[in-house]
Amino acid sequence: MSTRIDQATSGDAAVTSVRGGTHAYDVRGLHFCYGTARTQELRWVLGDVHFHVEAGEILGIVGPNGSGKTSLLKLLAKIAAPQQGDIALFGSSLTRLSQEETARTVAFVPQENAQMFPFTVAETVLMGRFPHRRRTRWNVGFGWEDREDCMAAAAAMVTMDIVHLSSRAVTDLSGGERQRTMIARALAQTPRVLLLDEPTAFLDLQHQIEICSVLRRLSDEQRLTVVIVSHDLNLASQYCDRVVMLKEGRVCSVGTPSKVMSVEILREAYGCDVLIDPHPESGLPRITLPRQCSPLNR
Amino acid sequence: MMPSAGQSTSPPAAPSLSSPPLPSPSLQVAGHAHPLQGAILTASRWCVIMGTLSILSLLLALVCLQLGTQYVGPGEMARIFASSLFERAGDNERAVTTSIILLQVRLPRVFLGFLVGSCLASVGVALQALLRNPLADPYVLGVSSGAALGVSLAVLFGIGTNMLALSVLPGCGFLGGLLALFIIYRMAATYDRLPIHSVLLAGVILNAIFSALIMFITSIMEPNRSFGMMAWLMGSLTAPAYPALGALSVYLLVGLLLLFKQVRVLNILALGEESARSLGIDTERAKRFIFLVSALITGAVVSVSGMIGFIGMIIPHAVRFMIGADHRLLLPASALVGGMFLMVADTIARSSFVPSEVPVGIITALAGGPFFVYLLVWRKDRLT
Repeated sequence: MSTRIDQATSGDAAVTSVRGGTHAYDVRGLHFCYGTARTQELRWVLGDVHFHVEAGEILGIVGPNGSGKTSLLKLLAKIAAPQQGDIALFGSSLTRLSQEETARTVAFVPQENAQMFPFTVAETVLMGRFPHRRRTRWNVGFGWEDREDCMAAAAAMVTMDIVHLSSRAVTDLSGGERQRTMIARALAQTPRVLLLDEPTAFLDLQHQIEICSVLRRLSDEQRLTVVIVSHDLNLASQYCDRVVMLKEGRVCSVGTPSKVMSVEILREAYGCDVLIDPHPESGLPRITLPRQCSPLNR
Repeated sequence: MMPSAGQSTSPPAAPSLSSPPLPSPSLQVAGHAHPLQGAILTASRWCVIMGTLSILSLLLALVCLQLGTQYVGPGEMARIFASSLFERAGDNERAVTTSIILLQVRLPRVFLGFLVGSCLASVGVALQALLRNPLADPYVLGVSSGAALGVSLAVLFGIGTNMLALSVLPGCGFLGGLLALFIIYRMAATYDRLPIHSVLLAGVILNAIFSALIMFITSIMEPNRSFGMMAWLMGSLTAPAYPALGALSVYLLVGLLLLFKQVRVLNILALGEESARSLGIDTERAKRFIFLVSALITGAVVSVSGMIGFIGMIIPHAVRFMIGADHRLLLPASALVGGMFLMVADTIARSSFVPSEVPVGIITALAGGPFFVYLLVWRKDRLT
């Protein structure tokens, strides 16, 4: 496995390659498809995926539509189970952990967040405390949140700047406010790993920058491991420590943004040419769409 | 918040910039004493609302007991209850008649009305959260039409017309409901999963097929029987004898308790299935459990009371609108409000058109529909 990673990342991972302790996730030989094994013709959504996620880093998963990004994230969140292969979470296999044990370590924010019922923002954020509830023999299921739960929820709300919304109904929020509420709910889980599916998809520029810098800060200050699935290559380039590029269910390139975001790799993954120049602030690659799209004959 | 905190006026932005955001209680105590206060359900608010509703239910029950073909005043009622408790026989014939009316006819009926209303409203709450559809009610499962089919078959073959009518008809209804439950489960469950949309579709389809069969059976019946059948389908409460009523209440109360145990799970299922899984819930198990309990309650309720519409959909809506969406309060409060609503509707049904009696389903629909329109209009006004 380590040879594969080294081969894929050529040097980046060599520093920490085999020390399992520093890896939040170790993904080995992952195969996954929707449906069941009874289906005659298996169409793998993910085939033979290897990579690792280091603790405390921000990892971006990018790739064209249908390349298996979201499926991969669901596997990491234990929402779906792979048919083959193994995912280790901080050294212990995800299949051995219960759903609830996983939930105490990993928080997941899905892309689709439409809400039907008028829970208040504070109630929604407090739901993140569910995996930490205390179990008592006489628990009727009410499980009132204690002071610790409220503290964690309040801290998450401060982080996402939604304190002033706390008694508003989630059904009345704007898309950006709802997204921040859902991320706050995930932070209230006090996770070590945060998985986000297109966290900035419905957000305006200001909120995109805000959410990304919050994630950056959480990662730097508290060693929160963040995995982001995103369509936005620039966002992945500017805010992620490393990037996994998927293509047709396989890892096509892994490494730092400056390595992965090259004209050649993007051409291989997306099948079209883009312009890449250094970002004026960070010097990291900046991807720009050309004026005329000329699909290459691959 | 982050870079542009200056222009958004919220004071909480300042501490969040400088201090570590996650588990740091001191920050909260300093910045915002109780950031969640007033925005979440607390145990004290739960007790106040549930206490008020319970007292209100008791008072309403006492009022409903007074009304009917013959008015029984509060004083007389107290005397009858006292004498039945201390086993003193009534003095004269009139007192004995009144006591029989009150204790043997009215009391079980009021109690049954409350119980059925509670069950319909609670199941409505549970199914709306489970199906993530605010329009769901206990009858979408298709179990109700199974129960109705069972009853109409029994009536067709004359089982219901003999002496045992009261105890046999609900039994047939319940069997029909179980059969429907089995069919729906087999249709919807695929590879040990229970996809929500399949449950909904299976219920709708089975409802359509069974309704057609019920209509067919009703149309080939003798006219007087088919009239009774129609009245039953519209929903009517006929209280069984005390032993049967006792068994029914134990069954339904156990069912309600099992639902109450799932209130937090319902909260989280309402977020969406993927979020629920990521919060550590075994969603397949939870869905299956809530589906089965709801279906078993509905089957029993329909077989004793027919298809009383509107309660299962309207009451959860109205209560959620008034007290919020947290199922810890929503479910028990809806149970009490649903019980009160049906109790009152049944009192109107049996006492306003003496000597004939209106099917209570008509009253609930006539009262519930306009009330819902009012809620919608009021809400629209409030929002704009």
